[in-house]
Amino acid sequence: MGESGRVSGAALLARLLADPAQAPGIDRRAWTGILAAARAEQLIGTLAWRLEGLPLPDRACAILRDARDGAAQARQAALWEAEMARRALAGLAVPVVLLKGTAFVAAGLSAGVGRAIGDLDILVRRHDLPAVEAALLGAGWEWVKEDDYDDLYYRRWMHELPPLIHRTRDRMIDVHHTILPPTARPTPDAAALVDASIPLENGLRILCPEDMVIHAAAHLLADGDLAGGLRNLWDIDRLLREFMAEPGFWARLEERAGRHQLRAPLARALRLTERLYATPVDADLAGPARPADALYVRRLLARDGWGRGTRRATRLAFYVRSHWLRMPPAMLARHLWIKLRKG
Amino acid sequence: MTGPLYRADPPTMRLAVEAEGLTLLYHRPSGMTHVLGPPAPELLTALAEGPADAAEIVRRLRQHHDLQDDAGIEAVVAARLDELEAAGLVSRA
Amino acid sequence: MRHGLSLGVGPVGFRIGSAWPGPIAALRGLYAGYPEAEDGIADFTVRLEPNRPWRRWIRPSIAIGGDHRLPEAAPLALAHGLLAAEMGMNLQMALGLRRYLLLHASAVERDGRALVMTGASGAGKSTLAALLGERGWRLLGDEFVLVDLAGGGLHPFPRAVSLKNAAITLLEAEAPPERFGPVLEETPKGRIRHLRPRAEAIHRMAEPAVPALILFPRYGYDKALRPVGAAEAFVRLTQASTNYVSLGEAGFRALTGLVTANPACAIDYPDTDGAIDLVETLWANLDA
Repeated sequence: MGESGRVSGAALLARLLADPAQAPGIDRRAWTGILAAARAEQLIGTLAWRLEGLPLPDRACAILRDARDGAAQARQAALWEAEMARRALAGLAVPVVLLKGTAFVAAGLSAGVGRAIGDLDILVRRHDLPAVEAALLGAGWEWVKEDDYDDLYYRRWMHELPPLIHRTRDRMIDVHHTILPPTARPTPDAAALVDASIPLENGLRILCPEDMVIHAAAHLLADGDLAGGLRNLWDIDRLLREFMAEPGFWARLEERAGRHQLRAPLARALRLTERLYATPVDADLAGPARPADALYVRRLLARDGWGRGTRRATRLAFYVRSHWLRMPPAMLARHLWIKLRKG
Repeated sequence: MTGPLYRADPPTMRLAVEAEGLTLLYHRPSGMTHVLGPPAPELLTALAEGPADAAEIVRRLRQHHDLQDDAGIEAVVAARLDELEAAGLVSRA
Repeated sequence: MRHGLSLGVGPVGFRIGSAWPGPIAALRGLYAGYPEAEDGIADFTVRLEPNRPWRRWIRPSIAIGGDHRLPEAAPLALAHGLLAAEMGMNLQMALGLRRYLLLHASAVERDGRALVMTGASGAGKSTLAALLGERGWRLLGDEFVLVDLAGGGLHPFPRAVSLKNAAITLLEAEAPPERFGPVLEETPKGRIRHLRPRAEAIHRMAEPAVPALILFPRYGYDKALRPVGAAEAFVRLTQASTNYVSLGEAGFRALTGLVTANPACAIDYPDTDGAIDLVETLWANLDA
């Protein structure tokens, strides 16, 4: 109980998510800091559901209840966006796979409980892109592009159409054709992602369980600078706990990771989630602890009780790394040069 | 020659408040609020009986409202249905 | 953060942190008599911080941070710390409040019933509310009106009134000097001075009021008065709310309830005394 004085911010948040039973013992003065860190990490809705029903100070309960209501609203808005996208694309009869938060709530997965959801992310086959683009534009979405260079950047070098936003609803949709930039080093098997996808009742699809975990790991480690990493890692924890009950899950996970060339990011994700959230993971697949794991943990927990990002050098190192992962060095240099010139 | 078939959510999916001849409408599935003027609310009510195309909707409307004997009415209804579709209040059946 | 303050305004608790002592000291002075956040647990955190480390000392400027932030917002001069804190608190309310329907409006109360005034910036709603608050009405708020989602009552949010330019002189003639904050010159919003509401408004900040009249005031026009129908009032109020959309059905019920139960008027006025007259007349005729 006295430990909450030493542990604070993101570290305390991670501990409470993993072990909610500790919450009633938390010193009253620590709550403002926990809530600030949770908001900054986009985890307040998740935390609110983990702590639901526990005896906590009245104010904390009220704030967490508001967070649950907010998450319910976000869920409704996300499902509606998915439905409007479905209506716009229904006539094409092509597979449309929901990704990330929207997929979790559409499929009723525990990873969706209390989750903050931003844009709608969908995955389609590369050769369906032109038809999908046309259908969305015809149904009220429009480009959010700044200029032709960014447009080119997105189409050729990233793994998605340039961002689209709906004219009246003001919500964004990101249309992907693979889960990592084609210019990045691991090259996932995009066709296999769609082929193995599972249909929902309304005709939209979600990735198969193993691919969902692998996508989350790729998103966490191979595509980003770990901003929002605690939340992405929590997704992985929840997905694993839900799916590992199925016999043969770990073997399938290994096979799919190999096919998508994402064994190393998956392994690291497993080690990190075990460390932070005590997720029971397959020891062989996770592999032995590596020295860099500590650095990742340090980055993931770089948030204080005021909601500020801390550990600046570590964060900067990861930011630079994330761009390096997305683009080979020559391309990166050119991209940064043009960005600088435009000012 | 039948036009496209439309459907609407059941009336329980909407909350309506009348104010000076306009309808303030809350659509539960989308969480969106709309301000509708006639004949939009009447079209939604007409679809409560089941999916229909513009011509069928005109027939349903005639049963409850005094409509002019006007060939152009179907086109007006079709145009309103288009708008309601964009707003998410009706969809293709 | 080095310096901090806990502040309760109406039903909302703030934790305000600052890299410099000045803004916190100024806040303590302005908000003398206000309670701390209930139970020491704040609803929102505001941070006043340098956006580059050296900005703590060299040409110090305040970047406004907190639970909710606007990434492109320009930093403010250290001398304008009070304005930065006000903007920070406003931002948290506008982007984070869920417990009540939030209207960008002012409100004053008399005999348990409330007058709500809303309109564009500069339309005069804050100044009018501040004036009425010095002339026998209880100030419920000058910037935000909090509508209870269950019962439709209005919860006070009596923060320090933010007076701009000419309104400063107007209120200096009405309220005693000890309730004013320092004059802030050349802020992005012009000349600003904050006014702490009367003690009664602070003591009764937990006491809601029943709405009775909605006004859309417009300052700087010939005197005119026009009733506003419920549908128009509804649309205008959705535009005056930052959280209507995120509240879903509860927001719809609260707002339709508000506009169908209460009359609304648009009033144009050339000067504030003319406006006060209009208001008092309308109020007297409410039950007629």
